[in-house]
Amino acid sequence: MAGNLVNALADLKEEEALKIVKDRLNANEEPLKILEDARKGMEIVGKRFADSEYFIPDLVYSGEILKEATELVKPKLTKATESKKLGKIVFGTVAGDIHDIGKDIVAFMLDVNGFEVIDLGVDTPAQKFIDKAKETGAPIVGLSGFLALSFDSMKDTVEAIQAAGLRDKVKIMIGGGQISEEIRKYTGADAFGKDAMAAVALAKKWVIAD
Amino acid sequence: MAKQWKEMSPDEKQEEFFSRWFSPKDPQGNDLKFQSPQAEKAYKERLTRIKDAIQMKKTPDRVPVIPLPNFSPAFYAGFTPQEVMYDYDKCYQAWKKFVLDFEPDAQMGCAGPGPGKFFETLDYKLYSWPGHGVSPNASYQCNEDEYMTADEYDALIDDPSNFFSNTYLPRVFGKLEGFRMLPALTGILEIYGVAFNFIPFGLPPVQESYKALFEAGAEALKWAGAVMGFDGEMAASGYPAFLAGFTKVPFDVIGDTIRGTRGVMLDMYRQPDKLIEAMERLTPLMIKMGVDAAKMNGRPLVFIPLHKGADGFLSDKQFKKFYWPCFRKVLIGLINEGCIPFPVAEGGYNSRLEVIKDLPKGKTLWMFDTTDMARAKKTIGQVACISGNMPTDLLAVGTPEQVKDYAKKLIDDASKGGGYIMANGAFFDKVKGENLKAMVDVTKQYGVYK
Repeated sequence: MAGNLVNALADLKEEEALKIVKDRLNANEEPLKILEDARKGMEIVGKRFADSEYFIPDLVYSGEILKEATELVKPKLTKATESKKLGKIVFGTVAGDIHDIGKDIVAFMLDVNGFEVIDLGVDTPAQKFIDKAKETGAPIVGLSGFLALSFDSMKDTVEAIQAAGLRDKVKIMIGGGQISEEIRKYTGADAFGKDAMAAVALAKKWVIAD
Repeated sequence: MAKQWKEMSPDEKQEEFFSRWFSPKDPQGNDLKFQSPQAEKAYKERLTRIKDAIQMKKTPDRVPVIPLPNFSPAFYAGFTPQEVMYDYDKCYQAWKKFVLDFEPDAQMGCAGPGPGKFFETLDYKLYSWPGHGVSPNASYQCNEDEYMTADEYDALIDDPSNFFSNTYLPRVFGKLEGFRMLPALTGILEIYGVAFNFIPFGLPPVQESYKALFEAGAEALKWAGAVMGFDGEMAASGYPAFLAGFTKVPFDVIGDTIRGTRGVMLDMYRQPDKLIEAMERLTPLMIKMGVDAAKMNGRPLVFIPLHKGADGFLSDKQFKKFYWPCFRKVLIGLINEGCIPFPVAEGGYNSRLEVIKDLPKGKTLWMFDTTDMARAKKTIGQVACISGNMPTDLLAVGTPEQVKDYAKKLIDDASKGGGYIMANGAFFDKVKGENLKAMVDVTKQYGVYK
C-alpha cells in the first residue's frame, strides 16, 4: 500500500494519488508517513527530470499534485514535519529581472534533492540576499537571471555581498538563459550552472566540502 | 493586366511580395525617393543578398548580417529604456544612430519599445515596463498569470473575439474594466429589442472605459506619428526594413499570456482536448494576423517568437502532440499567402531540428539562439535559411577578437552554399558597440562567397 502513493505520484496519476491519500487518512494513518511517501514520489520525479524522462510540464503537474495532497494531510498534522536537510540555499532572481520559470525549476530540483531553499522571488535587491544570508546562515547563495541586463545585477550583488563582509562565508552560484563562464568571471561568482541538475551537483559538492 | 492575388501560386505571391519590397513607397503611396543613387544601389544589393539567402536558389554575394536588438540602441545612444519609451523622438534618434553606425543589411524598425504613456493610460497589467514595476534601466517584461481560468476554454473557443473584448481586455488593461458589460452584438438583427443591446454604452463604467480608450488611442497615434517615418527614412538611406509584422504559435498564445506557463502545462494533463481545440481555433486567426501585416507593409517577413517549445520545455512527444501541429499549420498558412515566416527559437532547439525540417524549401527563415548551428545546417538548414547564434554573453562582456573568432566559426559551420544570415542569438540590451561592429565587419570580409 505504501508503495502505491510513491508510484502514483512519481507516475503523475493525480486521481489515484489523491485517493490513496484520502484512504490512508481515513484509516487513521500517521500523516507524516503519508507526507514522507509523497516526498519519495517527488524524489523520483526529480530523478526522471534529471534523466530527461520528464520535462517542465511534468514537474509543474507533480508540484500541483503534491500541493493538493499536502492540503488534504495538513488538517490532521499534529507535529511539524521534520526532515533532515542537506543545507540552506538563499535563492532568487536578481534586481531588474522578473523571470521566474528557470528559478522555480532550479528551486524545485534543489528541494527534492534535500536542500532547504529560501526563495526570495524575483527582482531581488542585493541587500535582501545579504539580509537573508545573514539571518539564516546559509552557506550558498543562488542568483538567477534571464535577461542580459542581469549580468550587471549579478555583478552588483556579488560586490555587495563582498562589501557586507560575507564573501568568504558563502559560495555563490549563478544561472539563467545567457549565463556562461565569461559571465561568471565578469560577475565574480564562484560557479555557474547550465541547468537545474548542474545547480544540484554544485550545491552537493559545496556542502560536502564544507 | 497582372494576375489577381487569388489566382497566384504561393511562389508567385512570394515573388510579388519581394517586388514590392524592392520598390518601397512613401506614406502617400508613391515610389520612395532615395537619398542618392548610391543609397538606392545599396538598398537593392542588400535586399538581393537577403532574398538569395532566404530563397536558396542562388548563393548570395556574401553572408548578410543583421543585428536584431531589443533595447540595445537606447543604451548605445546613452538613453535608458524608460527615456525611449516616453520620448518618441529619442527613440527614433537612437534607433537611427544604431542603423547608420553599424550599417546592417536590414533594420528592425523602431517600434519595439512602444509608447510608455499609452500603457499607463490603460493601466496595462500584462507587462511591467521601465519605471513601472521594473527599474528605468530594465527592458519591459511579462507578468505571467492566468488571464483566462481553466474553465473558460469554451468561452474562448465559442467566440474568440467576444472573449478577447469582454473578458481578456478588462483583465490585462485595468482601465477597460467596463468592457465586461459590453453586449454580444448578435442581438442587433432586427428592430425588435435592438436598443436593449446599446444600454451598456450608457452606463458610467463603460463610458469611463471608452474615455480611457480614446485617450490611449490619441497617444498611440501621436507615437505612430513620431516613429512611422522611420522605415521610410532608413530605406531612403539604403537600409531595407526587415519585418512586416508578427504572429505567434498557438501553444505560446495560450501558454504565454492567456493561461500562463503553469496553466497551459496543467491543461496538457487535465484537459488536453480542450487545449488542442482552442489552439486549432486560434490557428486561422494567427495566420490572418501575419498575412494582413505583410500585405499592409508590402513585405513578406512575419516574425514568430518561439517560447515554450524549446529544448527542455516539452518532451519530444509533447512537442509533437501539442506544439508542432498548429505551429506547422501557421507556417504553411503564411507560406501559402506568399509570406516568409521568421520563427525565432529562443533557448535551444536541438531536439526539434528533425521535426521542424518538414517544410517546403526556401520559404522560411529561422533564427536560433543556443542551438548547435552545424547540426541546424544539416537538418532544417537543407530547406530553410538559418540565422543567429552569436551569443549575448560574448557581445556583452567579450572582446572584439573573441566575437570575430566566433563569427568566423559560425560562417564556416553554417553558411556553405548560402542560406545563412549572421545575427545575434537572442534579442539583446546592453552590449559593447565595438563587439557589434566586429560582428558586422568580420561578416562583410570573411563572409564573402568566392
